Amino acid sequence: MSDAIHTTVDAKGLSCPMPIVKTAQAAKLVPAGELIEVLATDPGSVKDFAAWTRSTGNSIVEQAEDDGVYRFVIKRA
Amino acid sequence: MATETTTPEAATDESAEAKLAEAVAAAAQPADSTPIQRQLVVINWSGELDKVLPTLIMSSVAAASGYKTSVFMTFWGLLPFVKDEKRITGDGMMQKMLSFMQRPGISHMKMSKMNFMGMGPWMIGKLSEQYKVASPQELLEACQLMGVEFLPCQMTMDMFGLKRKDMIDGLGDPVGAATVLEMMTEEHTGSLFI
Repeated sequence: MSDAIHTTVDAKGLSCPMPIVKTAQAAKLVPAGELIEVLATDPGSVKDFAAWTRSTGNSIVEQAEDDGVYRFVIKRA
Repeated sequence: MATETTTPEAATDESAEAKLAEAVAAAAQPADSTPIQRQLVVINWSGELDKVLPTLIMSSVAAASGYKTSVFMTFWGLLPFVKDEKRITGDGMMQKMLSFMQRPGISHMKMSKMNFMGMGPWMIGKLSEQYKVASPQELLEACQLMGVEFLPCQMTMDMFGLKRKDMIDGLGDPVGAATVLEMMTEEHTGSLFI
């Protein structure tokens, strides 16, 4: 919780597969252990990010929804 | 029945807690630290917009998820990967006629249904803009950035008279069915025929 967000990916308004694709591209530049914040409005992205983190070994440390905007905080493995 | 008197042994409690914490931490580590390398093989046989989109979407997500991803472009599915500017391809009447009737290039794909003489792709373009759906060009770029392998079918290149210089940059060397078959049947591999 005291770790600052390393990178924010703004995927608001983007449809599948762009939220995942943009996050994967950003994650490449994030060192292990650091946090990525993703903002998305695509409801399908909720399950997508769960699946993506399982496939890539990253983990979701925080997940919230506020007025149609989903916020994921992902820890880079 | 003797009542058991539990003497609070602070030292034992602490070590038990420590042991428990250790065990929980150990369980959280993956038993085998080698991650599974998954693979996706897409046989892209179709050349229409509504069919090439799922090829590129599945491939980009697979690559984004760490899968080794390969797209085998065969038959109609090879034409969208010809350079946009190349209008006529091939040697001889028949090959040239083929490219005349099936315009190559990713920006010129038709719809497999409701093409409406070109209105269909235009409408899909408008809807994509409105709902922020990525275009085939954007998806192709993302795929190539993420290391998706695009393998042209040698046989299709021969039959349609397509040369390396007609094709877009970044494609792999042409292969045949045996190569693709082997890839499809490897461990931890999913394959699609689109």
